[in-house]
Amino acid sequence: MNLLGLYNYWIVIVLMMVGFYLVIARSNLLRKVIGLNIFQTSVFLLFISIGKISGGSAPILKDGVEIYSNPLPHVLILTAIVVGVATTALALALIVRIREAYATVDEDEIHVQDEEA
Amino acid sequence: MLLTLLATTAIGLVLLRSLFAAVMLTGMYSLLTASLFVLLDAVDVAFTEAAVGAGITTVLMLGTLSLLRVMPEHTEPRHGRLLPLAVVCLTGAALVYATFDMPRFGDPQAPAQQHVAPRYIEQSAAEVGLPNIVTSVLASYRGYDTLGEVAVIFTAGIGVMLLLGARRKE
Repeated sequence: MNLLGLYNYWIVIVLMMVGFYLVIARSNLLRKVIGLNIFQTSVFLLFISIGKISGGSAPILKDGVEIYSNPLPHVLILTAIVVGVATTALALALIVRIREAYATVDEDEIHVQDEEA
Repeated sequence: MLLTLLATTAIGLVLLRSLFAAVMLTGMYSLLTASLFVLLDAVDVAFTEAAVGAGITTVLMLGTLSLLRVMPEHTEPRHGRLLPLAVVCLTGAALVYATFDMPRFGDPQAPAQQHVAPRYIEQSAAEVGLPNIVTSVLASYRGYDTLGEVAVIFTAGIGVMLLLGARRKE
């Protein structure tokens, strides 16, 4: 069993954890959204890596090509990317509203203001 | 190689102080991911990631930055960095442990390759008649997914309009 075959998954995990860290350790809401985006791309990469077959080619039918990579993960991720942008847009709109209501986008300061109110 | 570059970009994102630079770096990060998708035979996904991930998301983030105007960002966190770091390392270690049971990268015998994918590849030319299998699956076999996707985007669009549209009139 060669461990090099797991390299893709390890990078996916590193990216996932970087995104996770940004979400839980940073108090700036915009940075949290960036973290969520990184987490999301790491999941995309995981799916696409699973779909790859060595020696395969892109799943577009062509004479003389025997092995195609798995088209199903591609379809799922295609949908996920577009949905991801929609949710990011919603999150950013929420941040703009929070900024108007609290005059800050920092989670800690929002907590302080909430406790004072 | 590209994977390592991607990981480095992501770690750079964590260390960057300036929010504007971080937003620009996310654009680069998306573009790197898109080129990686080309290498992994997912050309359609690469198109979408380059257009939507690197393009629209970056524009949205820059738009938000301009709406928020320049804000002084206090860099010192109120609570320590050690606890989140420990949680992240622990979760990461558990996930790495789980990968040892995964089928190796590119394995044609992996369970993911055995289910419906062979049928799509063999039958879609006769059943749908498009050379691009991804398009056939997206529009025909899994058409309901795409319908659901449209519903999500519609809902998100309404949400953004409600959040930002009402504000303008005041």
